Amino acid sequence: MIEVRNLVKDFGNNRVLDGIDQFIEKGEKIVVVGPSGSGKSTFLRCLNLLETPTSGEIYFQGEEITSPKVDINKVRRKMGMVFQHFNLFPHMNVLDNITFAPAHLKLMSKEEAEAKAEALLKRVGLIDKAKAYPNQLSGGQKQRIAIVRALAMSPDLMLFDEPTSALDPEMVGEVLEVMKELAEEGMTMIVVTHEMGFAKEVGTRVLFMDEGKILEDAPPEELFDNPKTDRAKEFLSKVLK
Amino acid sequence: MGFLGELQQKFTDDFIVKDRYMELVIGLRNTVTITAFALIIGISIGLVLAMFKIIAREKKDLKILDVIADIYITVIRGTPVVLQLMIWFYVVLAFAKDPIPVAILGFGINSGAYVAEIFRSGIQSIDKGQMEAGRSLGLSYWTTMRYIILPQAFKNVLPALGNEFIALLKETSVAGYIAVHDLTRGAYNIRNMTYDSFLPLIASATIYLVMVMIISSLLSALERRLRQSDRS
Repeated sequence: MIEVRNLVKDFGNNRVLDGIDQFIEKGEKIVVVGPSGSGKSTFLRCLNLLETPTSGEIYFQGEEITSPKVDINKVRRKMGMVFQHFNLFPHMNVLDNITFAPAHLKLMSKEEAEAKAEALLKRVGLIDKAKAYPNQLSGGQKQRIAIVRALAMSPDLMLFDEPTSALDPEMVGEVLEVMKELAEEGMTMIVVTHEMGFAKEVGTRVLFMDEGKILEDAPPEELFDNPKTDRAKEFLSKVLK
Repeated sequence: MGFLGELQQKFTDDFIVKDRYMELVIGLRNTVTITAFALIIGISIGLVLAMFKIIAREKKDLKILDVIADIYITVIRGTPVVLQLMIWFYVVLAFAKDPIPVAILGFGINSGAYVAEIFRSGIQSIDKGQMEAGRSLGLSYWTTMRYIILPQAFKNVLPALGNEFIALLKETSVAGYIAVHDLTRGAYNIRNMTYDSFLPLIASATIYLVMVMIISSLLSALERRLRQSDRS
């Protein structure tokens, strides 16, 4: 599904990603953990080229998307992304937030897009908010809408960039619940998160990152119970208390 | 003759005799025409210059756009509008017979420099995440700019844009320098005919004031409408 070869990203003189190699298969649920500043968000943002890699290659469904010849807008239609701060469009109501991209890109008619949006909204329990504006919603509701907005494009891969980090604690559950359902349906997911419970329950593989490198790459039970590196041990002892 | 009687006589002389009120009517028409078209030109130029600056920040190899915008804004904001107007009419477009299109152009180009700064700050005030969200959905840079960023930026800058509109309306009062018969010049013409300054000047000032008040209230109404999505 997605392959990363020797990915390097510099911000000025600061090397944020230092040679990442990864192969992720269809249906995998990858959870990326690590201390802040370890490069995990940058890694995720490189995958849909929101950040331009300094060097290295990324292949998505067999196509080298880091090649300058690729139409990145087309590639991104197949990769949904959910942000820490939701990034809903405040001047559009919920329904327009969800239907704008698929309808504008003519992937479906306005009616089809609305029907799909309504079906998705029902699934996440927010059909009554279809006409509401983002500022009238709670954080948990906003994030569920943001997930629906990404899903409306029928992506093959979903990227989650700390989707619950900006939420009040009592709203984390409702968002994780939606993500779990999505995982159960077989969606390929890459999730940057601090929710270790989610990593254990949903993850098929956990990547531990530090200083721009993937230090550990193992199924969650192995990584959490038996970390190999001192850095991972130290990190996990702090977050798993 | 008492004060009131004198005033009545002056009023008749200034406005009624020989249909002198037409001086103000024609002047008002020209003032409104110049302001309206100059505003359209100013907003268009301002939007283009703002985009120059925004794009130059994202794409380092297009730094030249930033330089062009900076030169434009520096020159226009650094010189008096009345001189710019005279340079257009008496130098650059000296062949022009009708001063009104020249005034429209001159004020439009002048306003563009101020509007550019308004738009630039408005676009930059929109959270980076909005562009990222649009792009992550597969929308192009321009589609995201047009449908996601600019509508929000426009709403944010509407008060500043309204101030620019009002300033422009009042600034057109110097158009008389290039022989435009605007509202101010209309009052001045009556003064030359009747040797009365008081009523013509007060009358034209009052008309400006009423126009500004109307524009202000229309703008507040528009702002309230656009702000609907902000209520929580």
